Amino acid sequence: MRWESYNGGHEASEEEKQVYVGRSLMASSRPFTLMPTPGGPITHTQHPYVTGTSVLGLKYKDGVLIAADTAGSYGSTTRYKSVERLKQISNNTVLGATGEISDFQALTQLLDRLIVTDAMWDDGNNLGPLDIHNFLTRVMYNRRNKFDPLWNSLILGGVKNGVKYLGSVSMIGVHFVDQHIATGFGIHLAQPIFRSEWKENMTLEEGRKLLEKALLVLFYRDRSAINKIQIANITEDGVRISQPYALKPTWNFKAFKNPSSATPGTW
Amino acid sequence: MEPMASQWTEAPHSMGTTIMAVEYDGGVILGADSRTTTGVYVANRASDKITQLTDNVYLCRSGSAADSQVVSDYVRYFLNQHTIQLGRPSTVKTAGTLVKELSYQNKSFLETGLIVAGWDKYDGGSVYGIPLGGTMLRLPFATGGSGSSYLYGFLDQAWKPDMTHEEAEKLVVKSIALAIARDGASGGVVRTVTVNEQGVERKFHAGDKLPLFYEEIAPRPSPLRAH
Repeated sequence: MRWESYNGGHEASEEEKQVYVGRSLMASSRPFTLMPTPGGPITHTQHPYVTGTSVLGLKYKDGVLIAADTAGSYGSTTRYKSVERLKQISNNTVLGATGEISDFQALTQLLDRLIVTDAMWDDGNNLGPLDIHNFLTRVMYNRRNKFDPLWNSLILGGVKNGVKYLGSVSMIGVHFVDQHIATGFGIHLAQPIFRSEWKENMTLEEGRKLLEKALLVLFYRDRSAINKIQIANITEDGVRISQPYALKPTWNFKAFKNPSSATPGTW
Repeated sequence: MEPMASQWTEAPHSMGTTIMAVEYDGGVILGADSRTTTGVYVANRASDKITQLTDNVYLCRSGSAADSQVVSDYVRYFLNQHTIQLGRPSTVKTAGTLVKELSYQNKSFLETGLIVAGWDKYDGGSVYGIPLGGTMLRLPFATGGSGSSYLYGFLDQAWKPDMTHEEAEKLVVKSIALAIARDGASGGVVRTVTVNEQGVERKFHAGDKLPLFYEEIAPRPSPLRAH
Protein backbone atom coordinates (compact mmCIF):
# COMPACT_ATOMS: atom_id res chain seq x y z
CA MET A 1 0.00 0.00 0.00
CA ARG A 2 1.85 2.98 -1.36
CA TRP A 3 0.42 5.61 0.92
CA GLU A 4 0.68 3.71 4.19
CA SER A 5 3.68 5.69 5.37
CA TYR A 6 1.86 9.01 4.79
CA ASN A 7 -0.79 8.06 7.31
CA GLY A 8 0.48 10.05 10.25
CA GLY A 9 -0.02 8.33 13.60
CA HIS A 10 -1.11 5.08 11.98
CA GLU A 11 -0.04 2.10 14.06
CA ALA A 12 1.53 -0.52 11.79
CA SER A 13 -0.37 -3.81 11.81
CA GLU A 14 1.37 -7.06 12.66
CA GLU A 15 2.13 -7.99 9.05
CA GLU A 16 3.63 -4.59 8.37
CA LYS A 17 5.97 -4.72 11.35
CA GLN A 18 8.46 -6.98 9.71
CA VAL A 19 11.87 -7.56 11.10
CA TYR A 20 14.20 -6.28 8.41
CA VAL A 21 16.19 -9.40 7.72
CA GLY A 22 16.65 -10.76 4.24
CA ARG A 23 17.37 -7.76 2.07
CA SER A 24 20.29 -6.37 3.99
CA LEU A 25 22.27 -9.55 3.41
CA MET A 26 21.93 -9.49 -0.35
CA ALA A 27 23.86 -6.30 -0.88
CA SER A 28 23.84 -6.54 -4.65
CA SER A 29 20.06 -6.25 -4.86
CA ARG A 30 20.19 -2.66 -3.67
CA PRO A 31 22.02 0.24 -5.32
CA PHE A 32 24.09 2.72 -3.34
CA THR A 33 21.71 3.71 -0.67
CA LEU A 34 21.11 3.43 3.02
CA MET A 35 17.40 4.07 2.42
CA PRO A 36 14.76 1.95 4.10
CA THR A 37 13.29 -0.65 1.74
CA PRO A 38 10.02 0.41 0.12
CA GLY A 39 7.23 -1.20 2.11
CA GLY A 40 9.72 -1.95 4.85
CA PRO A 41 9.71 -0.66 8.41
CA ILE A 42 9.61 3.08 8.83
CA THR A 43 12.08 4.14 11.44
CA HIS A 44 11.97 7.56 12.95
CA THR A 45 14.42 9.99 14.44
CA GLN A 46 16.42 7.87 16.81
CA HIS A 47 18.86 8.58 19.57
CA PRO A 48 22.55 7.84 19.38
CA TYR A 49 24.06 5.14 21.61
CA VAL A 50 27.80 4.80 21.07
CA THR A 51 29.17 8.19 20.06
CA GLY A 52 32.38 9.87 19.06
CA THR A 53 33.17 13.47 19.92
CA SER A 54 34.92 16.23 17.93
CA VAL A 55 36.76 15.86 14.63
CA LEU A 56 39.14 18.61 13.48
CA GLY A 57 40.58 19.39 10.07
CA LEU A 58 42.85 21.94 8.47
CA LYS A 59 44.74 22.53 5.24
CA TYR A 60 48.48 22.99 5.24
CA LYS A 61 51.14 23.53 2.58
CA ASP A 62 51.30 19.99 1.21
CA GLY A 63 47.80 18.71 1.94
CA VAL A 64 45.13 18.22 4.56
CA LEU A 65 45.30 17.10 8.19
CA ILE A 66 42.34 15.56 10.01
CA ALA A 67 42.37 14.61 13.69
CA ALA A 68 40.12 12.92 16.22
CA ASP A 69 40.42 11.12 19.52
CA THR A 70 39.71 7.40 19.78
CA ALA A 71 36.93 7.42 22.37
CA GLY A 72 33.55 5.74 21.98
CA SER A 73 31.18 7.12 24.62
CA TYR A 74 28.00 5.44 25.84
CA GLY A 75 26.09 8.29 27.41
CA SER A 76 28.37 9.71 30.04
CA THR A 77 30.57 6.59 30.21
CA THR A 78 33.75 6.32 28.17
CA ARG A 79 32.97 2.78 27.12
CA TYR A 80 35.51 2.16 24.36
CA LYS A 81 38.93 3.75 24.26
CA SER A 82 40.26 2.53 20.91
CA VAL A 83 37.63 3.38 18.32
CA GLU A 84 38.81 4.38 14.84
CA ARG A 85 36.92 7.52 13.94
CA LEU A 86 39.10 8.34 10.93
CA LYS A 87 38.83 6.07 7.92
CA GLN A 88 40.66 6.09 4.62
CA ILE A 89 38.06 6.10 1.89
CA SER A 90 40.20 6.05 -1.22
CA ASN A 91 43.86 6.73 -1.92
CA ASN A 92 43.25 10.45 -1.72
CA THR A 93 40.44 10.92 0.82
CA VAL A 94 39.82 10.50 4.53
CA LEU A 95 36.50 10.63 6.39
CA GLY A 96 36.15 11.46 10.07
CA ALA A 97 32.90 11.27 12.03
CA THR A 98 31.33 12.66 15.17
CA GLY A 99 28.22 10.97 16.53
CA GLU A 100 26.82 7.44 16.34
CA ILE A 101 29.58 4.96 15.51
CA SER A 102 27.29 2.32 13.98
CA ASP A 103 26.05 4.88 11.42
CA PHE A 104 29.67 5.81 10.64
CA GLN A 105 30.48 2.13 10.13
CA ALA A 106 27.52 1.80 7.74
CA LEU A 107 28.68 4.90 5.85
CA THR A 108 32.21 3.58 5.39
CA GLN A 109 30.75 0.31 4.08
CA LEU A 110 28.60 2.25 1.64
CA LEU A 111 31.51 4.41 0.49
CA ASP A 112 33.63 1.31 0.03
CA ARG A 113 31.10 -0.06 -2.45
CA LEU A 114 30.96 3.32 -4.18
CA ILE A 115 34.75 3.49 -4.56
CA VAL A 116 35.10 -0.10 -5.73
CA THR A 117 32.43 0.30 -8.39
CA ASP A 118 34.05 3.53 -9.49
CA ALA A 119 37.42 1.80 -9.80
CA MET A 120 35.87 -1.01 -11.80
CA TRP A 121 34.93 1.43 -14.55
CA ASP A 122 38.69 1.64 -15.07
CA ASP A 123 38.19 4.77 -17.13
CA GLY A 124 41.27 6.68 -16.08
CA ASN A 125 39.41 8.85 -13.56
CA ASN A 126 38.42 8.23 -9.96
CA LEU A 127 36.10 9.95 -7.52
CA GLY A 128 37.85 12.78 -5.73
CA PRO A 129 37.14 14.35 -2.35
CA LEU A 130 34.73 16.88 -3.83
CA ASP A 131 32.66 14.12 -5.44
CA ILE A 132 32.53 12.09 -2.26
CA HIS A 133 31.62 15.17 -0.23
CA ASN A 134 28.73 15.82 -2.58
CA PHE A 135 27.62 12.20 -2.43
CA LEU A 136 27.65 12.24 1.37
CA THR A 137 25.67 15.49 1.40
CA ARG A 138 22.95 13.89 -0.70
CA VAL A 139 22.85 10.78 1.50
CA MET A 140 22.65 12.79 4.74
CA TYR A 141 20.07 15.24 3.45
CA ASN A 142 17.83 12.57 1.99
CA ARG A 143 17.89 10.59 5.22
CA ARG A 144 17.01 13.79 7.10
CA ASN A 145 14.01 14.31 4.84
CA LYS A 146 12.71 10.88 5.80
CA PHE A 147 13.13 11.69 9.50
CA ASP A 148 15.60 8.83 9.75
CA PRO A 149 18.98 10.53 9.95
CA LEU A 150 22.43 9.07 10.09
CA TRP A 151 23.40 10.56 13.41
CA ASN A 152 26.80 11.91 12.40
CA SER A 153 28.68 15.10 11.65
CA LEU A 154 31.27 14.30 9.03
CA ILE A 155 34.54 15.83 7.95
CA LEU A 156 35.84 14.86 4.54
CA GLY A 157 39.33 15.85 3.41
CA GLY A 158 41.61 15.01 0.52
CA VAL A 159 43.90 16.10 -2.27
CA LYS A 160 43.35 15.56 -5.98
CA ASN A 161 45.42 16.93 -8.84
CA GLY A 162 47.17 19.28 -6.48
CA VAL A 163 43.93 20.77 -5.19
CA LYS A 164 43.41 20.47 -1.42
CA TYR A 165 39.81 19.88 -0.30
CA LEU A 166 38.24 20.03 3.14
CA GLY A 167 34.51 19.92 3.79
CA SER A 168 31.94 18.93 6.33
CA VAL A 169 28.37 17.56 6.33
CA SER A 170 26.02 17.55 9.30
CA MET A 171 23.27 15.06 10.13
CA ILE A 172 20.68 17.35 8.60
CA GLY A 173 22.62 17.90 5.41
CA VAL A 174 24.22 21.28 6.14
CA HIS A 175 27.46 21.25 4.18
CA PHE A 176 30.31 23.64 3.44
CA VAL A 177 34.00 23.78 2.66
CA ASP A 178 36.69 25.80 4.41
CA GLN A 179 40.38 26.05 5.16
CA HIS A 180 39.83 24.69 8.66
CA ILE A 181 36.85 22.82 10.06
CA ALA A 182 35.61 21.23 13.26
CA THR A 183 32.60 19.22 14.42
CA GLY A 184 30.95 18.68 17.78
CA PHE A 185 32.53 20.49 20.69
CA GLY A 186 35.33 21.45 18.35
CA ILE A 187 33.03 24.00 16.73
CA HIS A 188 33.03 25.98 19.97
CA LEU A 189 36.52 25.34 21.27
CA ALA A 190 38.76 24.52 18.31
CA GLN A 191 37.38 26.78 15.55
CA PRO A 192 38.17 30.03 17.43
CA ILE A 193 41.75 28.82 17.86
CA PHE A 194 41.95 28.01 14.16
CA ARG A 195 40.49 31.37 13.17
CA SER A 196 43.13 33.10 15.24
CA GLU A 197 46.20 30.98 14.51
CA TRP A 198 45.75 29.24 11.16
CA LYS A 199 47.66 30.66 8.24
CA GLU A 200 48.15 29.78 4.61
CA ASN A 201 50.89 27.28 3.69
CA MET A 202 51.79 26.02 7.15
CA THR A 203 54.36 23.24 7.34
CA LEU A 204 53.37 19.75 8.47
CA GLU A 205 54.88 20.44 11.90
CA GLU A 206 53.00 23.71 12.32
CA GLY A 207 49.77 22.09 11.25
CA ARG A 208 50.17 19.19 13.66
CA LYS A 209 51.07 21.54 16.50
CA LEU A 210 47.94 23.57 15.90
CA LEU A 211 45.76 20.44 15.83
CA GLU A 212 47.37 19.08 18.98
CA LYS A 213 46.83 22.40 20.73
CA ALA A 214 43.13 22.29 19.88
CA LEU A 215 42.84 18.61 20.84
CA LEU A 216 44.43 19.31 24.21
CA VAL A 217 41.93 22.09 24.91
CA LEU A 218 39.17 19.64 23.99
CA PHE A 219 40.64 17.07 26.36
CA TYR A 220 40.53 19.64 29.19
CA ARG A 221 37.06 20.95 28.45
CA ASP A 222 35.04 18.24 26.68
CA ARG A 223 33.95 15.55 29.11
CA SER A 224 33.64 12.95 26.35
CA ALA A 225 37.18 13.49 25.07
CA ILE A 226 40.20 11.38 25.96
CA ASN A 227 43.83 12.23 25.26
CA LYS A 228 44.44 9.30 22.90
CA ILE A 229 44.34 10.70 19.39
CA GLN A 230 44.98 9.98 15.73
CA ILE A 231 45.96 12.37 12.96
CA ALA A 232 45.45 11.63 9.28
CA ASN A 233 47.70 13.29 6.71
CA ILE A 234 46.52 13.40 3.11
CA THR A 235 48.89 14.64 0.41
CA GLU A 236 49.16 14.14 -3.33
CA ASP A 237 51.21 11.02 -2.55
CA GLY A 238 48.50 9.37 -0.51
CA VAL A 239 47.01 8.89 2.92
CA ARG A 240 48.79 8.20 6.19
CA ILE A 241 46.78 7.74 9.39
CA SER A 242 48.97 7.72 12.47
CA GLN A 243 48.83 5.05 15.15
CA PRO A 244 46.97 6.32 18.22
CA TYR A 245 49.18 8.36 20.56
CA ALA A 246 48.55 10.33 23.73
CA LEU A 247 48.90 14.08 24.37
CA LYS A 248 50.55 15.36 27.53
CA PRO A 249 48.29 17.54 29.68
CA THR A 250 49.53 20.21 32.08
CA TRP A 251 48.21 20.17 35.61
CA ASN A 252 51.00 21.58 37.78
CA PHE A 253 49.93 25.20 37.88
CA LYS A 254 50.41 26.86 41.26
CA ALA A 255 46.89 28.20 41.06
CA PHE A 256 45.54 24.65 40.82
CA LYS A 257 47.18 23.41 43.97
CA ASN A 258 45.13 25.10 46.69
CA PRO A 259 42.34 27.04 45.05
CA SER A 260 40.08 27.13 48.10
CA SER A 261 42.62 28.28 50.69
CA ALA A 262 41.44 31.87 50.51
CA THR A 263 37.76 31.12 50.06
CA PRO A 264 36.72 27.77 51.57
CA GLY A 265 33.83 26.10 49.82
CA THR A 266 34.60 27.69 46.49
CA TRP A 267 34.34 25.40 43.54
CA MET B 1 5.53 0.22 49.30
CA GLU B 2 4.82 -2.91 47.35
CA PRO B 3 5.05 -2.84 43.56
CA MET B 4 1.81 -2.37 41.64
CA ALA B 5 0.50 -5.83 40.74
CA SER B 6 0.07 -5.24 37.01
CA GLN B 7 3.47 -3.64 36.59
CA TRP B 8 5.00 -6.51 38.47
CA THR B 9 3.47 -9.33 36.50
CA GLU B 10 3.26 -7.75 33.09
CA ALA B 11 6.68 -6.14 32.78
CA PRO B 12 8.63 -7.57 29.88
CA HIS B 13 11.27 -10.20 30.56
CA SER B 14 14.58 -8.44 30.79
CA MET B 15 17.96 -9.90 31.42
CA GLY B 16 19.33 -7.12 33.58
CA THR B 17 22.48 -9.11 33.35
CA THR B 18 26.19 -9.09 33.44
CA ILE B 19 27.89 -10.62 30.42
CA MET B 20 31.47 -10.69 29.28
CA ALA B 21 33.89 -12.42 26.96
CA VAL B 22 37.68 -12.45 27.11
CA GLU B 23 40.19 -13.50 24.47
CA TYR B 24 43.09 -15.56 25.78
CA ASP B 25 46.05 -17.22 24.14
CA GLY B 26 44.34 -19.98 22.13
CA GLY B 27 40.65 -19.21 22.48
CA VAL B 28 37.92 -17.24 24.22
CA ILE B 29 35.99 -17.49 27.47
CA LEU B 30 32.40 -16.26 27.63
CA GLY B 31 30.78 -15.59 31.01
CA ALA B 32 27.36 -14.53 32.27
CA ASP B 33 25.14 -14.40 35.34
CA SER B 34 21.83 -16.31 35.39
CA ARG B 35 19.11 -13.87 36.47
CA THR B 36 16.09 -13.00 34.31
CA THR B 37 13.67 -10.44 35.75
CA THR B 38 10.15 -9.26 34.96
CA GLY B 39 10.24 -5.88 36.69
CA VAL B 40 11.37 -6.65 40.24
CA TYR B 41 10.49 -10.36 40.24
CA VAL B 42 13.18 -12.90 39.37
CA ALA B 43 11.42 -14.94 36.71
CA ASN B 44 14.30 -17.34 36.21
CA ARG B 45 17.22 -17.65 38.64
CA ALA B 46 19.12 -20.16 36.51
CA SER B 47 18.85 -18.86 32.96
CA ASP B 48 21.45 -19.58 30.33
CA LYS B 49 22.49 -16.38 28.60
CA ILE B 50 25.33 -17.93 26.63
CA THR B 51 23.78 -19.25 23.47
CA GLN B 52 25.33 -21.40 20.79
CA LEU B 53 25.36 -20.07 17.23
CA THR B 54 27.61 -22.71 15.66
CA ASP B 55 30.02 -25.38 16.87
CA ASN B 56 32.71 -22.75 17.25
CA VAL B 57 30.82 -19.48 17.89
CA TYR B 58 28.78 -18.49 20.94
CA LEU B 59 26.74 -15.43 21.86
CA CYS B 60 26.23 -13.61 25.20
CA ARG B 61 22.79 -12.00 25.41
CA SER B 62 21.68 -8.99 27.47
CA GLY B 63 18.77 -6.55 27.52
CA SER B 64 15.37 -7.70 26.33
CA ALA B 65 15.18 -11.50 26.56
CA ALA B 66 12.76 -11.67 23.63
CA ASP B 67 14.84 -9.47 21.33
CA SER B 68 18.09 -11.28 22.06
CA GLN B 69 16.46 -14.67 21.56
CA VAL B 70 14.99 -13.78 18.21
CA VAL B 71 18.27 -12.29 16.95
CA SER B 72 20.19 -15.38 18.05
CA ASP B 73 17.61 -17.68 16.41
CA TYR B 74 17.88 -15.86 13.07
CA VAL B 75 21.68 -15.80 13.17
CA ARG B 76 21.88 -19.49 14.11
CA TYR B 77 19.65 -20.26 11.15
CA PHE B 78 21.68 -18.12 8.72
CA LEU B 79 24.97 -19.54 9.93
CA ASN B 80 23.65 -23.06 9.57
CA GLN B 81 22.79 -22.41 5.93
CA HIS B 82 26.05 -20.57 5.40
CA THR B 83 28.13 -23.45 6.79
CA ILE B 84 26.40 -25.94 4.50
CA GLN B 85 27.05 -23.72 1.51
CA LEU B 86 30.60 -22.86 2.50
CA GLY B 87 31.69 -26.42 3.28
CA ARG B 88 33.71 -25.42 6.31
CA PRO B 89 32.99 -23.82 9.72
CA SER B 90 31.98 -20.19 9.46
CA THR B 91 34.24 -17.57 11.00
CA VAL B 92 33.58 -15.63 14.18
CA LYS B 93 33.73 -12.43 12.11
CA THR B 94 30.91 -13.67 9.87
CA ALA B 95 28.77 -14.48 12.88
CA GLY B 96 29.53 -11.06 14.32
CA THR B 97 28.66 -9.32 11.08
CA LEU B 98 25.29 -11.10 10.87
CA VAL B 99 24.44 -10.15 14.44
CA LYS B 100 25.54 -6.59 13.70
CA GLU B 101 23.41 -6.36 10.56
CA LEU B 102 20.28 -7.39 12.44
CA SER B 103 21.05 -5.07 15.35
CA TYR B 104 21.86 -2.12 13.12
CA GLN B 105 19.08 -2.45 10.54
CA ASN B 106 16.46 -2.87 13.26
CA LYS B 107 17.91 -0.43 15.74
CA SER B 108 14.59 1.33 16.41
CA PHE B 109 12.93 -1.92 17.44
CA LEU B 110 15.58 -3.83 19.32
CA GLU B 111 16.92 -3.35 22.81
CA THR B 112 19.66 -5.90 23.17
CA GLY B 113 23.39 -5.73 23.76
CA LEU B 114 25.29 -8.74 22.46
CA ILE B 115 28.77 -10.21 22.56
CA VAL B 116 29.84 -12.68 19.87
CA ALA B 117 32.88 -14.80 20.67
CA GLY B 118 34.45 -17.98 19.35
CA TRP B 119 37.40 -19.60 17.67
CA ASP B 120 38.28 -20.11 14.02
CA LYS B 121 41.52 -21.08 12.32
CA TYR B 122 42.03 -17.70 10.61
CA ASP B 123 41.87 -15.29 13.54
CA GLY B 124 42.11 -17.70 16.49
CA GLY B 125 40.02 -16.59 19.44
CA SER B 126 37.99 -13.44 18.68
CA VAL B 127 35.56 -11.31 20.68
CA TYR B 128 33.16 -8.88 19.02
CA GLY B 129 31.14 -6.41 21.10
CA ILE B 130 27.83 -5.33 19.52
CA PRO B 131 26.16 -2.82 21.85
CA LEU B 132 22.83 -0.99 21.38
CA GLY B 133 22.70 0.73 18.00
CA GLY B 134 24.59 -1.98 16.14
CA THR B 135 28.19 -0.78 16.35
CA MET B 136 30.56 -3.73 15.89
CA LEU B 137 33.99 -3.62 17.50
CA ARG B 138 36.56 -6.37 17.75
CA LEU B 139 37.99 -6.19 21.26
CA PRO B 140 40.40 -8.11 23.46
CA PHE B 141 37.57 -8.32 25.99
CA ALA B 142 33.99 -7.08 26.11
CA THR B 143 31.40 -6.56 28.82
CA GLY B 144 27.70 -5.83 28.68
CA GLY B 145 24.43 -5.63 30.56
CA SER B 146 23.45 -3.49 33.52
CA GLY B 147 26.05 -5.14 35.77
CA SER B 148 28.90 -4.16 33.48
CA SER B 149 28.78 -0.60 34.85
CA TYR B 150 30.39 -1.92 38.02
CA LEU B 151 33.25 -3.54 36.16
CA TYR B 152 34.88 -0.72 34.21
CA GLY B 153 37.18 0.27 37.05
CA PHE B 154 37.92 -3.30 38.08
CA LEU B 155 38.83 -4.44 34.56
CA ASP B 156 40.85 -1.29 33.81
CA GLN B 157 43.09 -2.52 36.56
CA ALA B 158 42.80 -6.31 36.42
CA TRP B 159 42.80 -7.13 32.72
CA LYS B 160 46.10 -7.67 31.03
CA PRO B 161 46.95 -8.97 27.55
CA ASP B 162 48.13 -12.53 26.83
CA MET B 163 46.46 -14.27 29.74
CA THR B 164 46.41 -18.03 30.04
CA HIS B 165 43.14 -19.93 30.10
CA GLU B 166 43.27 -20.26 33.90
CA GLU B 167 43.91 -16.55 34.42
CA ALA B 168 41.18 -15.56 32.01
CA GLU B 169 38.61 -17.87 33.58
CA LYS B 170 39.44 -16.58 37.08
CA LEU B 171 39.04 -13.03 35.82
CA VAL B 172 35.67 -13.78 34.25
CA VAL B 173 34.28 -15.53 37.33
CA LYS B 174 35.53 -12.81 39.67
CA SER B 175 34.17 -10.04 37.46
CA ILE B 176 30.69 -11.51 37.15
CA ALA B 177 30.65 -12.23 40.88
CA LEU B 178 31.56 -8.60 41.64
CA ALA B 179 28.81 -7.35 39.39
CA ILE B 180 26.28 -9.72 40.94
CA ALA B 181 27.24 -8.33 44.36
CA ARG B 182 26.19 -4.81 43.43
CA ASP B 183 23.72 -5.03 40.56
CA GLY B 184 20.17 -5.98 41.56
CA ALA B 185 19.40 -7.10 38.04
CA SER B 186 22.23 -9.66 38.04
CA GLY B 187 22.41 -12.75 40.21
CA GLY B 188 22.38 -16.51 40.51
CA VAL B 189 25.22 -18.60 39.16
CA VAL B 190 28.13 -17.75 36.93
CA ARG B 191 28.18 -19.73 33.71
CA THR B 192 31.32 -19.87 31.60
CA VAL B 193 31.92 -21.32 28.16
CA THR B 194 35.42 -21.85 26.80
CA VAL B 195 35.81 -22.11 23.02
CA ASN B 196 39.12 -23.07 21.47
CA GLU B 197 40.61 -25.24 18.74
CA GLN B 198 39.90 -28.40 20.74
CA GLY B 199 36.22 -27.62 21.17
CA VAL B 200 33.83 -26.23 23.75
CA GLU B 201 33.65 -26.59 27.54
CA ARG B 202 30.73 -25.40 29.64
CA LYS B 203 31.22 -24.70 33.33
CA PHE B 204 28.88 -23.91 36.18
CA HIS B 205 30.04 -21.85 39.17
CA ALA B 206 27.38 -22.18 41.87
CA GLY B 207 26.09 -19.05 43.60
CA ASP B 208 27.16 -20.09 47.05
CA LYS B 209 30.62 -21.11 45.86
CA LEU B 210 31.51 -17.68 44.43
CA PRO B 211 34.13 -15.52 46.18
CA LEU B 212 32.87 -13.25 48.94
CA PHE B 213 33.41 -9.53 48.87
CA TYR B 214 33.08 -6.50 51.13
CA GLU B 215 30.44 -6.94 53.82
CA GLU B 216 29.32 -10.33 52.57
CA ILE B 217 29.44 -13.28 54.93
CA ALA B 218 29.54 -17.01 54.38
CA PRO B 219 26.28 -18.86 54.92
CA ARG B 220 26.30 -21.22 57.87
CA PRO B 221 24.55 -24.55 58.41
CA SER B 222 21.12 -24.35 59.98
CA PRO B 223 18.27 -26.76 60.74
CA LEU B 224 16.84 -25.80 57.37
CA ARG B 225 19.77 -27.33 55.55
CA ALA B 226 22.01 -29.92 57.11
CA HIS B 227 25.17 -28.89 55.22
